[in-house]
Amino acid sequence: MAEVLVVTSGKGGVGKTTSTAALGAALAQTGQSVVVVDFDVGLRNLDLVMGAERRVVYDLINVANGEVRLQQALIRDKRVDTLYLLAASQTRDKDALSEEGVRRCILELQNRFDWVICDSPAGIERGATLAMRYADLAVVVTNPEVSSVRDSDRIIGLLDSKTVKAANGERMEKLLLVTRYDKVRAGRGDMLSIDDVLEILSIPLLGIIPESEEVLRASNIGAPITMASPQSAPARAYGDAARRLNGESVPMTIPSGRQTLLNRLFGRRAA
Amino acid sequence: MTIATRPPRHSFRFRGRNFLALVLRPEKPLADWLADLDQWLERSPGFFTGKPLILDLAGLAFDRAEVVTVLAELGNRAIRILGIEGADPVALDESLPPLLTGGRTSGSVEAVDAIARRPPAAPETAQPSPAAKSGPRVKPGASAAPAQPEAILPPAATAQSLLVEAPVRSGQTIMNPDGDVIVLGSVASGAELIAAGSIHVYGALRGRALAGAYGDERARIFCRRFEAELIAIGGYYKVTEDTESGLRHKPVQAWLSGTELMVASLDQAEKEMGTWRKS
Repeated sequence: MAEVLVVTSGKGGVGKTTSTAALGAALAQTGQSVVVVDFDVGLRNLDLVMGAERRVVYDLINVANGEVRLQQALIRDKRVDTLYLLAASQTRDKDALSEEGVRRCILELQNRFDWVICDSPAGIERGATLAMRYADLAVVVTNPEVSSVRDSDRIIGLLDSKTVKAANGERMEKLLLVTRYDKVRAGRGDMLSIDDVLEILSIPLLGIIPESEEVLRASNIGAPITMASPQSAPARAYGDAARRLNGESVPMTIPSGRQTLLNRLFGRRAA
Repeated sequence: MTIATRPPRHSFRFRGRNFLALVLRPEKPLADWLADLDQWLERSPGFFTGKPLILDLAGLAFDRAEVVTVLAELGNRAIRILGIEGADPVALDESLPPLLTGGRTSGSVEAVDAIARRPPAAPETAQPSPAAKSGPRVKPGASAAPAQPEAILPPAATAQSLLVEAPVRSGQTIMNPDGDVIVLGSVASGAELIAAGSIHVYGALRGRALAGAYGDERARIFCRRFEAELIAIGGYYKVTEDTESGLRHKPVQAWLSGTELMVASLDQAEKEMGTWRKS
């Protein structure tokens, strides 16, 4: 039975979709079967980041409403064959999702895959609460700045009250993924430090993803960063985070870009 | 906030439960009072909806006919009464709401006065309770002798404190209308603590803390790391900007001195107590 993981943050633009794709791909690359599910109905992006936007026929809403079989809506990744995508509908809105439909859909996915990764929409409304409702584990994506941290704190509160696990009195596991971390700016004090963020949110740290242009490049070519440039700093950080999700103990380091002699000579073309 | 107390198990299961009721106290002449009420209801329609209401008739010496009239008039305004306090038992029969005794006050904020003594621009959330927002003669809490609220402050033994062992997250409200709130973790920015009594935070206080929310001016706020957005005691409030910046990140306590909300470092207080003992 799969572990259902929700990637959530409260605030928009902090890297939920990027992280969903990267973690999904990294887990799938270890041979486990993974499905990434886009819950951002009406504003879907995961299909773009996964490079599958031209192959979407049916989506989550069709499956949740019982209009098509799950098999018809799952899109298999062309690069890693244990990785699947269940896209969101772009033409509907979040009210089109029913709680019962989502429950059935998640249950079916759980029986088929090792990991079900739900990409939550921003906000705390219906879409976000439905995405987290049936999760076993949450990855809270946070940028090291105050508004993102406060929104994450709010989401952690919701994870402790709105999920089925919390309603049953069980402990909802929450892990912190700090993205867009810039060592230099944090050192200068322009950014919250990891310690500050951890002190405020007080949940275990899953990983620290350094800020990098590679991430934008990867999403533009439609590939999770762990596939687009596996040697880049963020890809290695996501790889480490995925290994921690698998229960491995990996020392917490912040990978940095390779500083080759050529790089140094020609300036910081690649971060 | 509902506090359930579980009595020993019998064949029937009864549960004691405390509710915070609003006490409505008519005045004579009744017609004028009802006119005031109407005027006020116009401004806050639906204020009483779903709220437990007690009618306080102490000192009014209403006979049965008068009690029936008041109840009927209130009924016409969709105000239903749960129980009656301070009435002559002879005036009540089985068709009327039961006579209640032993209510203890949870502070008697005369709503009108409460507004007058508060700074004019007090943010809405700094109001001690929804009941004290506005309106005539509405007091939160079942009060037996409203004329002298100070004299009948609840004995400390009955106050029930609320212990929160987890961090309080942004957007959450922790409320204890019966006593203190004690938080072992931190209180995040955007979170809110409301206590009838004092507030103790053993982590960082970054959100709002409203102590003495039902008028207890002896309530205090303690925290190990002071970064609060707003603190209030007995309706008097202070935002972070108004507090001395030297106190930020420090362990502090806040208390009410007359009408001024004081904040001081706890370390300082300890030191002062030390010197006072020596002298």
